[in-house]
This record gives sequence, C-alpha cells and structure tokens, in this order.
Amino acid sequence: MSVSVQAAAFNIALEVRSLTAGRTDIGAVVTFTGIVRGEAKGHPITSMELEHYPGMTERELARVEALARGRWPLQGVRIIHRIGVLRPGEDIVLVVTLSSHRQAAFEAAEFLMDYLKTSAPFWKKETGADGVGMWVDAREADNKARERWESA
Amino acid sequence: MTVTLRYFAWVRERIGRAEEQIDLPADITTVGELVQWLKARGPEYAHAFAKADVIRAAIDQTHVKPQAAIGGAREIAFFPPVTGG
Repeated sequence: MSVSVQAAAFNIALEVRSLTAGRTDIGAVVTFTGIVRGEAKGHPITSMELEHYPGMTERELARVEALARGRWPLQGVRIIHRIGVLRPGEDIVLVVTLSSHRQAAFEAAEFLMDYLKTSAPFWKKETGADGVGMWVDAREADNKARERWESA
Repeated sequence: MTVTLRYFAWVRERIGRAEEQIDLPADITTVGELVQWLKARGPEYAHAFAKADVIRAAIDQTHVKPQAAIGGAREIAFFPPVTGG
C-alpha cells in the first residue's frame, strides 16, 4: 500500500529503495519530509501531538494520491504520515513521487503536500515549556497554496 | 434514525467525548441543521459550535458542506480545519 498512517519513524532511504528496486523506467525521485519545529509563534515547544480520524485519513490520502496520478505521469507514490506524540526535530510526514522526468515528480510532490495539508483529517496540538497544549490554527496560506492547483 | 456522531481535536475536547449515538429528529435534514440542533443540547455543545462557520464536517468519512443532505448517513463527524502535514 502506498499510504501509511503510523506512530513509528520512517526511513527515507529504505522507502525510496523499495520503490525503485529492480526498475529502470524511473528517471526522477522527489522526496519531501515535514519536520517538527522547535518553536511556534516565537515560543519554544517541547512536543507536538497529532490526532487523526482513522479510516477517513487513509481514504483522503488515497483520494489525493489518485488526483495526483490523474494529473502527472507517475510511476510511484508513497505517503507516510506519523501520529501520536512527536518531539522537535522528528519527522512528521514523507511524500515520495517517482516519474520518468523531474518536472512531474517535483510538481506532484508539491501538489500532494498542498492537498494533504488542507484535506487529510489530522490535527496538531503543540505543548509549550509551561506544559500547556495549544491546538494549531489552520493557515490561510495553505488554502491559497491548494487553490492555485484548482485554477491551473 | 440512529447516527453516530464523532468529534475531533478541540471540538472533542469542548464537548467532552469522542463519539456518541443520537436519534436524529426527522426534521433535521442537513448538516447545518444538525449543528443548530446540537448547539441547543447543552453549554458544552454551544461552546464547541460557537463559531459554527469554522467547524468542518464529514458524512461517512467524506468532507461535506453545511448544506449537505444527511440522507442515510451512518456516521457524521465534526472537527476544526485540518492542520496535518
């Protein structure tokens, strides 16, 4: 399966190797990794908790993958999103796209992240040094990033 | 009709539960009407749905707009705008 929602860390090199092993038709691999930042709105955070909607999350990620495959000639897609408690510096999300040529792989990776961020049912709660958890607000910039694909 | 309601993130925290089963009144036909009905159920619901235009909804695990018909929904979820990635 090309979509995973898991608590465990992922290994980018292993994921790429499993997608490219034994193939000679792939000319380009793009990987995007999202990482937990150590501060939010100028304040340090000690951890981030990711909640999601089991079932709907996997459906949305699969739907977004299908949209990308409909727009670009992709030979492979891999999406891994972590859940649970993560510390600053830890990986949150991995998107890997494979194509014959780089443009499709670059664009599809960006498209997948823009759609994932605005439609996959995940919610982040950041805990600061004072131990208080704060839900992260959705960003208008993320909606704008998605909208440009809708008019393209 | 019995429907499972599911709540996530701060909607869940404000209501104080992750899910519940309700008997849907026959005159509630859209997601928006359901929100208005829930708001009248108690202060925790009124608090969770205070800014009803911010709350997102899904019917049977598919995103929907407030005007969406509930029809034969088995599961309706309410949650804040998503913040993954």
